[in-house]
Amino acid sequence: MKSPEDIYHDLEAKFPGAGITREGNAIVVPKEKWAETAVFLKENPEYALDYLSCVTGVDYKEYLECVYHLYSLQKKTGLVTIKVRTDRQKSELPSVTPIWRSAEFQEREAYDLVGIHFQGHPDLRRILMWDGFQHHPLRKDYVQENQDRPPGEF
Amino acid sequence: MLGSESQPLTEHMETAANTSEIDQGLKSELQKKGIVVTAIQDLYNWGRRSSIWPLQFGLACCAIEMIATACARYDMDRFGAGLFRASPRQADLMIVAGTVTKKMAPQVVRLYNQMPEPKYCITMGACSISGGPFKDGYNVLRGIDRYIPVDVHLPGCPPRPEALLHGLMKLQEKIDSQVIEKTEWYQKGLKREFPVPEFGPNGLNPPYNPEVFTPGQQRPITV
Repeated sequence: MKSPEDIYHDLEAKFPGAGITREGNAIVVPKEKWAETAVFLKENPEYALDYLSCVTGVDYKEYLECVYHLYSLQKKTGLVTIKVRTDRQKSELPSVTPIWRSAEFQEREAYDLVGIHFQGHPDLRRILMWDGFQHHPLRKDYVQENQDRPPGEF
Repeated sequence: MLGSESQPLTEHMETAANTSEIDQGLKSELQKKGIVVTAIQDLYNWGRRSSIWPLQFGLACCAIEMIATACARYDMDRFGAGLFRASPRQADLMIVAGTVTKKMAPQVVRLYNQMPEPKYCITMGACSISGGPFKDGYNVLRGIDRYIPVDVHLPGCPPRPEALLHGLMKLQEKIDSQVIEKTEWYQKGLKREFPVPEFGPNGLNPPYNPEVFTPGQQRPITV
């Protein structure tokens, strides 16, 4: 089994100069290289990371981050953690739904609550809040509505 | 404490002490001879309180306790409230068991509107009373009494089945104390319909129904 350390070195050899770094056990991939890296991790028979168990959106105030947890059901290995960062204002990431179908609802959730726009997602709608809701409530700068305001005010 | 004359629980229900006009001594004398004397109102309320059909729905973990109350060990059917109806048209009592999210609140209010009069509501658990531990969440309504009148507030997280039975007995006391001539649902032209909140850009609109709820006002804890 390849350790995250080995996978990191393989990725660096595959994409030299792309800016792939490590953070603890996780591999931080720049968003420009993420789509390519994802296909590589899934298709390469050495890893065969065919199962995406979790997509998490995180707000770090300076930037937004998406955390992907990958396993291989074929080789019974895992966990490989990938982190991809994006800008707070123009928060766009390539969608991995075409690669791992399990990402579809979790990317919708990250879009709904943290406001990361996944480029290439087949159906990027809100999943938990209603369609007319205008905020992303898990962002650090989200301000709650006042439920005791006079009726008629918005 | 049930709402007394000075501080009614809701303005929608006329409540009075359950005092029969029949002399209690005479009543028991006759009973020894095998004659039962009662007032129409007592008989009527006895029938109503002995057959409260709850609406069958649950919103969160309190529903599990509600199910346990309905099952063999606690057996809510002993109090005549064991027949859970899946249709609001056949239900007398709405047990709001669990967290009411903002997304679910319009449906809960609509279900209450669809129930026939006379209808009652028990809020079961901290969440449906006030939002409970999720009070400051972006997605949780701070108590269903913002939109519909509530007869019994039942605190707990979740309340045990005994507590729900106690709440039900409190409701039965309330039904017993209602006066037929004064009850609202026999008055002419009653139309008790509570506005269903709508999804807005920031939350629910309106945030509460001013006819049944005033922010900051202390509400009596019933049980």
